[in-house]
Amino acid sequence: MAYTLLGKDFTPPDIRAKVTGEAKYAEDFRVDGMVFARLLTSPMPHARVRSIDASEALAMHGVIGILTADDVPAKASPQQTILTNEPVFVGDPILAVAAESETIAQDAIDKIKIDFELLPFCVDPLESLYPGGPNARTEGNSVTLNFGQPIPPEVNEKKWTARDFAAVEEGHLPTGEPTVQWEYGDLDTGFEDAALVLEESFVVASNSHHSMEPRSALSYWENGKCHVFGSLQSQSFAMNTLSGLIGIPPEDIVFVAEFCGGGFGSKGNPYPSMVIPAHFSKKINRPVMLRISRAEEYYLGHARSGFQGRTKIGFREDGKVTSIDLYLVQENGSATGFPDINGFSEGASLVYTPEAMRLRGIFVSTNTPPRLAQRGPGQNQMAVTFEPLMDRAAKELSIDRLAIRQINAPTGDALVGAGREPVTSAHPREALAKGAEQFNWVERVKNDGQRNGSKVRSVAVATAFHPAGFNGFDGLVVITPDGKLNVHTGVGNLGTYSYASTSRVAAEVLKYDWENCVIHRGDSRKHLPFNIGQFGSNTSFTMTRTNFVAATDAMDKIKEIAAMDMGGDPEDYDIGEEKVFSISDPTQSMTYAEVAQRAIELGGKYSGIEGPEDINPITKGGLAGIAGTGLVGVAKDKLEKHGLVPAFCAGFIDIELDTETGKYEILDYLGVVDCGTVLHPQSLATQIKGGAVMGFGMAATEKLVYDPQSGLPANVGLYQAKPPSYLDVPSTMGWAAVDEPDPQNPVGAKGVGEPVMGGGAASLICAISNALDGHYFMRNPITPDMIVNAAAGRPQSYKPLQVNNQ
Amino acid sequence: MNEGNSMTDLTTMMVSEAMVSKQTSVCGLAPPNMSRREFIKGVIASGAVASAGVFMLAGCSDNSSSGNVAVPATGNFERMITLNINGRDRVVDVLPNETLAMTLRYKLGLTGTKLGCDRGECGACTININDVQQYSCSTLTHTARGRAITTVEGLQGVNGELHTIQQAFIDELGPQCGFCTPGQIMSTVSLLKSNPDPTREEARMALSGNLCRCGAYDHYLNSVMRAAGEV
Repeated sequence: MAYTLLGKDFTPPDIRAKVTGEAKYAEDFRVDGMVFARLLTSPMPHARVRSIDASEALAMHGVIGILTADDVPAKASPQQTILTNEPVFVGDPILAVAAESETIAQDAIDKIKIDFELLPFCVDPLESLYPGGPNARTEGNSVTLNFGQPIPPEVNEKKWTARDFAAVEEGHLPTGEPTVQWEYGDLDTGFEDAALVLEESFVVASNSHHSMEPRSALSYWENGKCHVFGSLQSQSFAMNTLSGLIGIPPEDIVFVAEFCGGGFGSKGNPYPSMVIPAHFSKKINRPVMLRISRAEEYYLGHARSGFQGRTKIGFREDGKVTSIDLYLVQENGSATGFPDINGFSEGASLVYTPEAMRLRGIFVSTNTPPRLAQRGPGQNQMAVTFEPLMDRAAKELSIDRLAIRQINAPTGDALVGAGREPVTSAHPREALAKGAEQFNWVERVKNDGQRNGSKVRSVAVATAFHPAGFNGFDGLVVITPDGKLNVHTGVGNLGTYSYASTSRVAAEVLKYDWENCVIHRGDSRKHLPFNIGQFGSNTSFTMTRTNFVAATDAMDKIKEIAAMDMGGDPEDYDIGEEKVFSISDPTQSMTYAEVAQRAIELGGKYSGIEGPEDINPITKGGLAGIAGTGLVGVAKDKLEKHGLVPAFCAGFIDIELDTETGKYEILDYLGVVDCGTVLHPQSLATQIKGGAVMGFGMAATEKLVYDPQSGLPANVGLYQAKPPSYLDVPSTMGWAAVDEPDPQNPVGAKGVGEPVMGGGAASLICAISNALDGHYFMRNPITPDMIVNAAAGRPQSYKPLQVNNQ
Repeated sequence: MNEGNSMTDLTTMMVSEAMVSKQTSVCGLAPPNMSRREFIKGVIASGAVASAGVFMLAGCSDNSSSGNVAVPATGNFERMITLNINGRDRVVDVLPNETLAMTLRYKLGLTGTKLGCDRGECGACTININDVQQYSCSTLTHTARGRAITTVEGLQGVNGELHTIQQAFIDELGPQCGFCTPGQIMSTVSLLKSNPDPTREEARMALSGNLCRCGAYDHYLNSVMRAAGEV
């Protein structure tokens, strides 16, 4: 379908502020009387606070107050606390001090005497599962997340038997009693029929999000309302969580999140440290700024879950996967965590379409940062684990590496996971085919293995997947008498510009000139509808739907007003050039400005005085704010959607690896995506390339490291934790899109922010393995020492299944 | 700082009231490319002077001196100094151990300069001093006296028109989340001053001290090359 606005580049309205420095992130706001808070965080991985003596600190000139766990709402274990007397990770906040200056606050923190009792701790899930092994929390070591359910998470003690550990072959994962499991199909028959069965144990490292903006926050109270300035990927979606964390109704909270300096899943929903200033400000009656340092960001800024796992995969002669048996031990950190096991296992069931599959898994707590979603949570760990296995199978079965992916790739009739859920559309085969052509796969493969001294050329391909859309949220637009289309959007601003590209759907429906449209966002006072946040690759699918239904509602009302004023029925009218006109006599018309004025006079549903019953209370609040200002379009997204919305990326890579140094250069990278209709080509390009950059870090440099003796973290600076720099990635990369519309989205759009990382990560891992003539490490990141050892045939420095401490 | 001074010499100099005028003039004449070692020496030395300020932040402080932090240091260090920022002289009260990033952000309201790490790792705080890119989180404000400081706020024309480089960053959709963008732009400004016609590889090297977790490196380099063609 030809669109006027969609699929075209445009200048997003917030970008100017980003290049002038006017963009205000949380730490850029200033309030009169603002004071600073500093945190006292746990120096131990797991401890009990026996006593706190803050007398000397509180006597210091300039110190205003102290906030302890007694001053904030308690959280039931295993939920992450705001402040705690039983810290469960190094860096867990115990208390905060506010002072006239941050220096004084820090000096006061240093005067506080705390008597800690060190408790048992654990930084390796398998150690915790061992009979008599340490529990990360006093209540236990395994969390039942109850994700997406109205019941809170629970933590229990789970231990495997000594027999479980003794029975396993050397180097393999023991498979004791799981806490989650599902199965479909006939697993055994699949393995019996297979021409090749691979069985491997593996490790996927945990790694930090490294958002460039630390999660600083500012709060103050005014006229009974709590103002929160925070760094978040969400706007309206945050209100209910904030309400719970602060302990006041959502309508008493003003939340400002105009810009978010990177989140990648770690700032999806309000997090405990964000509300420390809110509680502190209430206690001392002063605005409180809490700046989070880079080291603190590594402590409390969350991380991706790692895995110790084991899988058995059967392949037919032609490469088709028959059965997958998967066991996952998820390192779930110190709090509730995130169900990466689901993403991993469901991802495998879709990307390789096995006829039978079994998942068994267990979430194990460790005294390391609380885990949260990180870009492709589960799906991207799956990609870096399974894609090298596809290469190995291709090699053993003498099949082309592209072909084995093609034969296993899902189509639109694929089913996902144990529930055999359908998908809305799936075009990974087209992405692979398009990429193969653009990358010149057939010719490039001929260079594979070419040697230049100690350097080896290697090309590789990998696929990745993530769900990419939700439904059921609200849209809100208003045409004001100045003729402008005001799109109110309650989604966050993560930096993908999709808040803007999805708002353009409203303009497209109403045939608006984009110059006459205004987006309202970033501040709960701006009368915003209830929308989900910018995570889970969902915005492009979810928000095109909300803006479509709101604009459609506006169009219906425009035509009704035209019929009222000019005669006939609404169906006798059409729109164009920001007018509504009679189809039979186009000279009979009203401008949108005139219609907006009439809507105000008519009132009722036309000006938003009345609204639909089924919209969210937050949307009703937003509607009440704009009611009477123009012609209002407001609706809940009740469009058809059945099944999972999948997005895919095929990553193609060409590297030159030096087997003597373990270093490599990425010569070329191409990412090809299936994201439905392309809304904003330029932004899609930066997502594909930027996602790949993040993937290269996951593949080759980033991991958490802990001292197993003390539980102390080693990676608390960027130079230690190693996100990729300019010099680690190609200076130019390629991109393409299948551009096949999704039938369950009114404009055919799907998201794609997460698979683009998996495509980069998995393709690099495959390329390194391929350069070493098929040495599959079954572990990430693959660091230069691992490469050198593998190339020289020397043993590796790590033990099988060892995590977090090498 | 004078290359030949040992840390002990500097400390002695800092705490000696008789030497104050000499010390401040030494600071004012510090070379543009101060090493990390020199910076640390400066912080250690200046911490010996007990002092306080409204917006002095943790990490800049010497905690050992905190017994009477609220008592302003008087007479032993010149605090009201003049800085040349974005072409204007600004008089500002600066503590001896204050970093330029903090002065800009918390004393002068120039919050376009971001703090991503406060440790000289990420480059979000990059500004230009005498046209050379510097990490303002790792620059003592006193060392910038008498030199021309440029921040991202100083790039626009008198009527708010965008600098060519800023426009190029928009045209190529350089920023994603935007937090590292001012730093990337200031590194580009410095690069194009010294090398108006860089190769892409030279641009990549020049900006390599600016991290971007969104991974927007490709589009940032496109922006730099577009700007280079138009400057």
